[in-house]
Amino acid sequence: MNVVADLQKGLDEVLDVYAIREQFPILKREVKGKPLVYLDNAATSQKPQVVIDALVNYYTNCNANIHRGIHTLAEEATAAFEATRDTVQKFIGAASREEIIFTRGTTEGINLVAYTWGRQNLHAGDEVIISGMEHHSNIVPWQIICEEKNAVLKVIPVDDNGELILEEFEKLLTEKTKIVSVVHVSNALGTVNPVKQIIDAAHAKGAVVLIDGAQSSVHLDINVQEMDCDFFAFSAHKLYGPTGVGALYGKKHILEAMPVFQGGGEMIKDVTFAKTTYNDLPYKYEAGTPNIADVVAFKAALDFMTETGMKKMRDYEHELLAYATEQLEQIEGLKIIGKAREKTSLISFVIDKVHPQDVGILLDNRGIAVRTGHHCAQTLMDRFCIPGTIRASFAIYNTKEEIDALVEGLKKAIKLLV
Amino acid sequence: MTIQQVEDEIVEEFSLFDSWDDKYEYIIDLGKRLAPLDDKYRVDENKVRGCQSTVWLGAEYKEDGKIYFTADSDAIIVKGLISMLIRVLSGRTPDEIINAPLTFIQRIGMTTHLAQTRSNGLLSMVKQMKNYAVAFKIKNSQLQ
Ligand SMILES: Cc1ncc(COP(=O)(O)O)c(C=O)c1O
Repeated sequence: MNVVADLQKGLDEVLDVYAIREQFPILKREVKGKPLVYLDNAATSQKPQVVIDALVNYYTNCNANIHRGIHTLAEEATAAFEATRDTVQKFIGAASREEIIFTRGTTEGINLVAYTWGRQNLHAGDEVIISGMEHHSNIVPWQIICEEKNAVLKVIPVDDNGELILEEFEKLLTEKTKIVSVVHVSNALGTVNPVKQIIDAAHAKGAVVLIDGAQSSVHLDINVQEMDCDFFAFSAHKLYGPTGVGALYGKKHILEAMPVFQGGGEMIKDVTFAKTTYNDLPYKYEAGTPNIADVVAFKAALDFMTETGMKKMRDYEHELLAYATEQLEQIEGLKIIGKAREKTSLISFVIDKVHPQDVGILLDNRGIAVRTGHHCAQTLMDRFCIPGTIRASFAIYNTKEEIDALVEGLKKAIKLLV
Repeated sequence: MTIQQVEDEIVEEFSLFDSWDDKYEYIIDLGKRLAPLDDKYRVDENKVRGCQSTVWLGAEYKEDGKIYFTADSDAIIVKGLISMLIRVLSGRTPDEIINAPLTFIQRIGMTTHLAQTRSNGLLSMVKQMKNYAVAFKIKNSQLQ
C-alpha cells in the first residue's frame, strides 16, 4: 500500500511533458514543413489553451471598462481585473495588493521607477548602479535620467564565467549610491545573480534596489518580502501569459512617496483646473484604460504555473539544461558563453568560424527557432568581444528529442558553413 | 545580357533545386566564392545597416560609364545573397541599376523564406546599391 502510494507520489512530482505539450496548441504547427521546435522561450514563451481561452472568454462574455460602470458587465470585468492583482501579489509574495501596479511589461516598470522615483530622488553627483549584464531596458532609462540629473551611472563588472564580480560591486557602493538596478537572471547568459546579497549590501548604504525579474519570474520562486527588494518588474509574456502586460511591485511606503507617472483618467481623485488630487495606490500609477483583457488572461498564466508546480517545472527545466549543455559541449568548435554556477534553462553559445546569423537561418529552415544576435545586451557582448551569440532557451514543453534535433541541426549547419 | 535576362537565369537555376537545403547550400557556396573585397572599402562609410551581420559594399564608377560593385560580409549566407546582387547589378550603367526590377529575390522565394528582419537587411543592400547609382548619375550630370 505504502509502496504504491509512494510511487504515485513520486510520479506526481515529475512533470509529464507530453501532457503539458497538449495544452499548447501552437506546438502542433509546422514551420518550413517540419514540426516546430521552439527554443526561443527567453524572448517570449508560448501560451497554453487556458490563457487563450481567458482572452477569448473576456471579449466574448464580459468586456466592459473597469472601475467606473455600475452595470453588471463593468462589475464583472473589474472583478476579473482585480483578481489578477491578488494573484500577482501571492505569486511574488508581496505584503499587500496596493503594491502591485499593472504595466505594459518590464520595460515600462523600469521606466516608471526611473521617471518617478528617479526624478524625485536623484540629484547632481548621485550614483546609480546597474550591472554589466543588463538588458537595454535596464540601461537606457537610467542613462536618460542620469543625464537629466547629472547623476553618475556605474556598472558592476562581469567575470569570464558570466557572473557579477561582487567585490567590485562593494567598491562601487558608496553613500552617493541612491539606487541599484540589476537583473535577477540574465537573458543573454542565463546567470542567476545573488540578488539577496546585492540588496542587503545596497540597503546597508541606504540605497534602494530594483530587480529586473523579466527572466527570473518564470523560473524561480519569487518572494519579494524575503528578497527585500524595493521594486520588482516583470512581464506576463515570458511566463506563459499574454503580451503587452506586466507588473511592477514597489514597497508601499516608497510608492506612496513617489510622484505620479502619467496623468489621465483613473489615477485621479478630484480634478479642478486649480488643482488635481491623486488616487490611492495602486491606481495612482494606472492612468487611462488599462489592457484589461490581457491583465485578466495574465491570471490564467499564473494559475497555470502554480497548478503545474514551480518546483516540478524547475526540476524539469534543469534536466533539460543539463542534457543540452552536455550534448552541445560535444560539438566541435562550440563554446558556451556564460558558465555561471547557477543558471536557468538557457544556453548562449558561439561556434568557431561561423556567424550566428547563418546558423539561425539554417536552423529556421529545419523548423527550429532560436535567437541569434546581441539579445538586447550589446554591452555584454562587447564584454565577451563577440558580435552576438546563438541562444537556445528552454521551457517546460521542450523535450530531449527537441534538443537532439537542435544538435543535429547545428552539426548539419556547421558542415555546410565551414 | 540585360539585367532582366540575368534575373531570369538565376530564377531558372534555383528552380533546379528540390529543397531549401539545396538552395542554401548553393547560396553558401556563392558566398564562399565571392571575390575578396579590397581593404580600402572596408571602412565605416561602406557599411550597410543590416540586422545582425556586417556588410561592406564598395562601388567604383569606371571610364566605361559603368558601376562595379564589390562586397564582403561576416555572415556567409548574406554574402551569397550579395554575390547574386553583384552578378545582376555590377558592370551596369547607373540608369540600368536605378531601373532594375530585381524581382528575382522574390521569385526565388527568398523574401518569404527569410525572416522579415533579414529580408530587410537584403532590401537595404539593394537600396544602397541603387543609391550609389543615383549618386554617380548626379555627379556625372554635374561634370557634363
Ligand atoms: C532581462 C530582461 N529585462 C527586460 C526585458 C524587457 O521586457 P519587455 O520587453 O517585456 O518589457 C527583457 C525581455 O527581453 C529581459 O529579458
